[in-house]
Amino acid sequence: MELKAITANRLRDGAVVWLGPQGDWVERVELAAAFDDVAAKAALADAERSVTANVVVGVYAFEVEVVDGATKPLRQRERIRAQGPSIRTDVGKQADALDRAA
Amino acid sequence: MTYLAPKRHAGVYRYDEIDRQFLNERVAEYRGQVARRLSGALTEDEFKPLRLMNGLYLQLHAYMLRIAIPYGALATHQLRGLARIGRRWDKSYGHFTTRQNLQFHWIRLEDTPEIMAELAAIDMHAIQTSGNCIRNVTTDQFAGAAPDEVVDPRVYAEILRQWSTIHPEFTYLPRKFKIAITGSANDRAAIRVHDVGLLAKRNEAGEIGFAVYVGGGLGRTPYLGAKVSDWVGEQDLIAYLEAILRVYNQFGRRDNLYKARIKILVHQGGKQKFIDNVEAEFARIRGPKYRLDPAIVEAIERNFAPPPFEELPPFSEAFDRAKREDAAFAVWARNSVRDHRAPGYASVTISLKPIGGVTGDITSDQMDIVADLADRYSFGEVRVTHEQNLVLAHVRQDDLFDLWKALDAAGLGTPNAGLITDLITCPGLDYCSLANARSIPIGQEIQKRFADQQRQHDIGDLKIKMSGCINACGHHHLGAIGILGVDKKGEEFYQITLGGNAELDGAIGDIVGAALPPDEAVDAVESIVDLYLERRQPGERFLDTLARIGMGPFKEKLYGAA
Repeated sequence: MELKAITANRLRDGAVVWLGPQGDWVERVELAAAFDDVAAKAALADAERSVTANVVVGVYAFEVEVVDGATKPLRQRERIRAQGPSIRTDVGKQADALDRAA
Repeated sequence: MTYLAPKRHAGVYRYDEIDRQFLNERVAEYRGQVARRLSGALTEDEFKPLRLMNGLYLQLHAYMLRIAIPYGALATHQLRGLARIGRRWDKSYGHFTTRQNLQFHWIRLEDTPEIMAELAAIDMHAIQTSGNCIRNVTTDQFAGAAPDEVVDPRVYAEILRQWSTIHPEFTYLPRKFKIAITGSANDRAAIRVHDVGLLAKRNEAGEIGFAVYVGGGLGRTPYLGAKVSDWVGEQDLIAYLEAILRVYNQFGRRDNLYKARIKILVHQGGKQKFIDNVEAEFARIRGPKYRLDPAIVEAIERNFAPPPFEELPPFSEAFDRAKREDAAFAVWARNSVRDHRAPGYASVTISLKPIGGVTGDITSDQMDIVADLADRYSFGEVRVTHEQNLVLAHVRQDDLFDLWKALDAAGLGTPNAGLITDLITCPGLDYCSLANARSIPIGQEIQKRFADQQRQHDIGDLKIKMSGCINACGHHHLGAIGILGVDKKGEEFYQITLGGNAELDGAIGDIVGAALPPDEAVDAVESIVDLYLERRQPGERFLDTLARIGMGPFKEKLYGAA
């Protein structure tokens, strides 16, 4: 079954965020909710309310898989959004992960 | 912010009170727009065109701010200002683009009013770095220094900047509009791939005029600009450009995004018809209102007066000795140093292409170092090139060795300017929301393959240019070897073109064959270069060999016999 997650950029700072299981916006893709096709359409409609509320901009759905409970993007573009530039690991969300591990 | 003035001899335009007032008012207006967006008084649909008019994009990871560097010229206090912005509001690095601008990729919307104020304090802004308007005018990075220069193009680039800035009639064109100008027959500004390309020259009487090319551009439908006039006199420059823009504004297609650039109007609508329309409008509006007043030209020329060069012998014993005694310096000097019109001086290219680094990137600390070196060695001025490097235009040959040592210590001494590893890449899918594929990592792999200095020299003049999508910010159509990233079902592939050339007698590259996966694309580039080395005749550049033997042998090498 094809799964989808919902993503956007936060209005104030442009940070990449994903719709979480509680309907909140989370900052790590692993924590994103994964929806089947029908549920994704409903979730996308819900997420649009956050656009109206000026919380996020540019909402859309994209393809994911769930591995060991973690949501993972299938396409390169979304992998890069989730981690940061592939050419330097000291910036982007991948750097936040390094900070937490330190 | 306290206003900062440029150093006395830096070749940049000095803002007057009117310029500064305009900019401060614009910052205040933008501050209000951001406040209303954050409060919800403006929707994103309402706000987006406003932020884009101020150079603020939303990209993959955050907002991206594209700051205009008029014709690539920076006074050192401006470069230090950019370094400060990078440190305080971004991640302490920036990226120079093929349009001689600077991009910061990690900007927060809520910080942007303060950033704009900081920019205004150093006579800078991000206006018209996006949107369907006239963008930053670009020019030759060696302007005012090159021995082959006939006319200093910065004077006219600045006139065009003033003419085009918030020009009310040309703020909502069918599409974006890019102008480049050169003052040398050896075009270093790629004028034929701009919407308007200007070649400034002199007639037998010594008067200044312009050959005008229109309809150049890359992207989905690449074209070289067509010459629409061989001579437009200096006083008619604005009237003629106004006529071109009016014809485009009236007849350019607004119904189809992919056919909206002026190149479609010129090349698909009929060149002669376009010229007839321009000439008719030009004849109608030509007159006192649009005449370029010589007094204005003279006033602007004063901003670009030659700095006070010392009287020096043309040959520097110190430079010559240093080259003999230090092989690494000699290699750097061979590639990075070029002749200057003033005896005893040279122009220096600072490569922003370290092997395996990120093309066009520079840290805030490096910006400060370059600014310090420019103050010490080059009259307080720095240039940005469309090939994503920096230039110190006026360096005493006697100082070159000390300059090189300081650059090298700062990681800015890569001796590859003009060689195969001095490649152009756009930010690609690592940053850009339009990209289909990454460009930078492919560029890095190619650099590593050709890192050997002797091999680079043996290959000689061979430009590689790479874009992560068909919009062609990396000018792939103009690469002797061009690489275009494409998306195939979510995976990256790379299409190779051969034979592109950005000079006045330029050419658009031809596709060799089917797109290749990343590792095969890098192998393919190496195979192409190896075949060139195998088949070239003495004195031939890559483009010469390609012209002689044709695409066939390269195609066969990559894809086998048909």
